[in-house]
Amino acid sequence: MHAAVTEINHKKAASRVMPGFNLSLGFTVFYLGLIVLIPLSAVFLKTFTMTWDAFWATVTSERVVASYKLSFGASLLGATINVVFGGIVAWVLVRYRFPGKKLIDALVDLPFALPTAVAGIALTALYSSNGWLGRYLEPLGIKVAFTPLGVIVALTFIGLPFVVRTVQPVLEDVERELEEAAASLGATRLQTFLRVVLPTILPALLTGFALAFARATGEYGSVIFIAGNMPMVSEITPLFIVTKLEQYDYAGATAIAVVMLLASFTLLLTINLLQAWVRNRGRAKKV
Amino acid sequence: MAAAATLPIPAQARGEPIREVSASTLEPVWVRVLLIGIALLFLTLFLFVPLLAVFAEALKKGWDTYVAAIIEPDAWSAIKLTLLTAVIAVPLNLVFGVAAAWSIAKFEFRGKNILLTLIDLPFSVSPVISGLIYVLIFGAQGWIGPWLRDHDIKILFAVPGIVLATVFVTFPFVARELIPLMQSQGNEEEEAALVLGASGWKTFWHVTLPNIKWGLLYGVILCNARAMGEFGAVSVVSGHIRGETNTIPLQVEILYNEYNFSAAFAVASLLALLALVTLALKSFIEWRLHETTPQPSRQEH
Repeated sequence: MHAAVTEINHKKAASRVMPGFNLSLGFTVFYLGLIVLIPLSAVFLKTFTMTWDAFWATVTSERVVASYKLSFGASLLGATINVVFGGIVAWVLVRYRFPGKKLIDALVDLPFALPTAVAGIALTALYSSNGWLGRYLEPLGIKVAFTPLGVIVALTFIGLPFVVRTVQPVLEDVERELEEAAASLGATRLQTFLRVVLPTILPALLTGFALAFARATGEYGSVIFIAGNMPMVSEITPLFIVTKLEQYDYAGATAIAVVMLLASFTLLLTINLLQAWVRNRGRAKKV
Repeated sequence: MAAAATLPIPAQARGEPIREVSASTLEPVWVRVLLIGIALLFLTLFLFVPLLAVFAEALKKGWDTYVAAIIEPDAWSAIKLTLLTAVIAVPLNLVFGVAAAWSIAKFEFRGKNILLTLIDLPFSVSPVISGLIYVLIFGAQGWIGPWLRDHDIKILFAVPGIVLATVFVTFPFVARELIPLMQSQGNEEEEAALVLGASGWKTFWHVTLPNIKWGLLYGVILCNARAMGEFGAVSVVSGHIRGETNTIPLQVEILYNEYNFSAAFAVASLLALLALVTLALKSFIEWRLHETTPQPSRQEH
């Protein structure tokens, strides 16, 4: 980082007047290192104390693999549900007028603001066999609470705002003139949507999907109450890390954490590329 | 990873009028009604009903049980610990957010994009791992665990560990809010003040701070909501000692696991109220931000 400090780019001549560069950047890098980078590096350093065989045996054990399948599978399904319904919510909020719209728009962010433990117990209460929703689903043979289906419900809840909030601004910028042009050229409303609107909002939909998916894979609080946490059936990977920690198996917990961190960083990279795509779309349109 | 903090404000939330649209770009009435119906049904099932359920379950056994559950000593000490944690974690991340935004928005330097990515890192780490990293450092088998034990300093399974884990998970909130805001505002006003002879600190207090106050508040509110509501990371480092190291979310878990549902939901309803207040303040600030900055460039960096 020292190189960065000395390499002040004087492209903006005026920047030279601004004070406080060394202080602010110095503090930023110091605090970042202390709170985030050094602690995170502990995860990787800890795994180096394991042999490769021990590491591999831990991260590919039957029970862990079952937890990956559940965590990633349920996250994938939750994110897919959010693309479909979140897309519809974004469309409705941008294009239509109806009473209570502003309130609903503000409440879409509820999953960001509501602590995950509260969401977890509320969803469990709703979907358990005598809950408001569970009592109607159970006679139909649908068990949600304490099954993998409950995991999907919880992960759908926490991922809900991502798709809505990434698609909404892009949809607002869609030029209605293009749609009018398509219509005047004889396209049906559905054709216009599929050929004109959908390609424009596709990068945003994918970004929202990736954000919801990434958030869901690491989620813990809202899932553990509703999942039932049965090994091999409804045990998510983050819970498995906690279980290992409670058994004082720090190395085992860390090995699984490394796998999850690598997955998150891959997702982070994908999301950054997707967001660059969204921005470029926006820029190309304005030129 | 983007959280609420960086999501662009929709035009209609900013109070812009909806343009009149020609009939050719409007769906038939039945399609419109159907889509609105689907959207409302989805939101009702996944958002409104769970929210209502919290309050309904909390008040199921009457107002007296509700109040008793909240003033119960363990719940009360959880409330105090949560407030203490937020009071330490939020200002720390506030100072960091301002410093990071000042250096990134006001100056050009190499490695800026890497720095931005690193600041976002805590958002892409599972809460459980956010707690685990502090166990690896301060735990009995950790890097400095033995040293801490010899000197009788308690960090893990004590208040300092809870604060640290909370600082980690709320790390990016203020910075992510301020960086794009300060980038969109540019340096002109500060430069004018400096040229006229104001000192750096004076310029910051009298020029920069008034310009960023709403953005700052926005970041602080989101940071605070997460700090008070964090569960996974805090659960790993807390040790769950009743009356000592339980925050409100952990107290909810304990009560729930003891099948004391009405007490669990009563305590949880405090957090649900916090969430509603957060959303209300957030909407208000979005409206203010629109008023004070005509064209907020709230794009992600």
